[in-house]
Amino acid sequence: MEEDTAAHVRDKVDAIYRSESRRVLATLIRLLGDFDLAEEGMHDAFVAAVEQWGEKGIPANPRTWLISTGRFKAIDRLRKTEKFESADSEILDRLMATEMHEQSEEGVEDDRLRLIFTCCHPALSPDAQIALTLREVCGLTTEEVAHAFLTPPPTLAQRIVRAKGKIRDARIPYEIPSRLDIPLRLASVLHVIYLVFNEGYLASSGETLTRADLSGEAIRLGRLLVELLPEPEAMGLLALMLLHEARQASRTTPSGEMILLEDQDRSLWNRAQIEEGVELVESALSSHRFGPYTLQAAIAAVHAEATRAATTDWAQIVGLYEVLLRADPSPVIELNRAAAIAMRDGPEAGLALIDAILVRGDLTDYHLAHAARGDLCRRLGRTNEAIMSYQRALELATQETERRFITRRLGELRLTSPR
Amino acid sequence: MKYLCLIYDNEKEWAKFPKELQDKYMGEYMAFGDSIKKSGQYVGANQLKPTSTATTVRSRNGKVSTTDGPYAETKEQLGGYYLIEAKDLNDAIQVAARIPSAKSGSIEVRPIVERASA
Repeated sequence: MEEDTAAHVRDKVDAIYRSESRRVLATLIRLLGDFDLAEEGMHDAFVAAVEQWGEKGIPANPRTWLISTGRFKAIDRLRKTEKFESADSEILDRLMATEMHEQSEEGVEDDRLRLIFTCCHPALSPDAQIALTLREVCGLTTEEVAHAFLTPPPTLAQRIVRAKGKIRDARIPYEIPSRLDIPLRLASVLHVIYLVFNEGYLASSGETLTRADLSGEAIRLGRLLVELLPEPEAMGLLALMLLHEARQASRTTPSGEMILLEDQDRSLWNRAQIEEGVELVESALSSHRFGPYTLQAAIAAVHAEATRAATTDWAQIVGLYEVLLRADPSPVIELNRAAAIAMRDGPEAGLALIDAILVRGDLTDYHLAHAARGDLCRRLGRTNEAIMSYQRALELATQETERRFITRRLGELRLTSPR
Repeated sequence: MKYLCLIYDNEKEWAKFPKELQDKYMGEYMAFGDSIKKSGQYVGANQLKPTSTATTVRSRNGKVSTTDGPYAETKEQLGGYYLIEAKDLNDAIQVAARIPSAKSGSIEVRPIVERASA
């Protein structure tokens, strides 16, 4: 009977750890002003919960209990250190001075935002921002983050230690940016989420399953951000990720071969994710304060809404690429626009645009520019030219699935080649 | 907390500026200096003579060697600094962004080590 209770308490604590530990940590960092101290305090609080909740019962508000216990445990730790460093006694003074208030729901959510903005502070290197966000905001272990980014765990641990050191030593504040700074600081947060998503999305056709989990983690982060700070571009990014993720099942054959968008089995697309994505795009667009993520999501939404490749509204996609080009000019977006124009007006029109970009020298070393050119030549029956472009693409491509795809195309073309 | 804002700019470009443009820049610097004095963030500041006047000194085993020029040849050169008092890094970044050379060059923001004065 007693064993049962102990097991029951442990299960309950585990469940609370999963649902509350990030909130507890975010608040403890604010109360203690130090990441490491907060982590230790939180750890001690959960240990105490396992010990005490069996006897005394689970408190009415476990989160408040954990925060206040974590805070006291951290103060205890500081007291026990034989000689106070000046910084530590400063923390201690401040801790003793602050009264522990019942945490309001809003206050806790603000702490979560503080944590996100601090982990994604632009004064930290992008690598450090990603590592810190996954570790502190998402609660992944150092080993999990290291594995996902194919980095040796000691290197990743170092990266996190250095980032925490900079937060402490350069005094990066634990705060939500002022309204004026939000656009710039939000851009940095969105970039981190987008990088995490892409890391998972692009690698997911490969062999390591855990890397695919990164896109799920990015979507969870995107959801949290939209919930805490419903800015249009945050919604746009979440929509973009959902609309891409929706096609996940149709992107590759069971043996891992790449399938182009136009050849995908659209019945495999995840309708719920598409619906949610489209809804988010619509609210972001209606704000009239949207940016590149929302526009890319809008393009993905047009694709998602076409039941067959042939019914895709290419005119609308071209229009969206034009707006995107004005908002965020880049040769890669120009290339995508050229490909969309080829679909709307025929391969010849697209080819002229791609050739103009290549002549300018902007994308000479970008494999997808040559692959796109090869595809348009193929459609025009200019087989030799198509082969030359695909060969160039193959020389430049590094990703295994893409290389196999190009090789397959080259094989098909050589069969039809008159030579 | 104190931060040192190191001003890096292309001194050759600067030297090539016509007088009116140099005057305009100096005017902007004066206005910036006044604004951080008024806000109480100013601790100290100096403009440096160009790197052509720099000498790098090393002492090894009691032997002093001197070489002509700055410690490192870079595209942008250290041309001056502000020592400021700021609440935290965000505060310091906001001040640094208003230094006129932030528009043409770069500002490196470094926290100052604070020792207990006891």
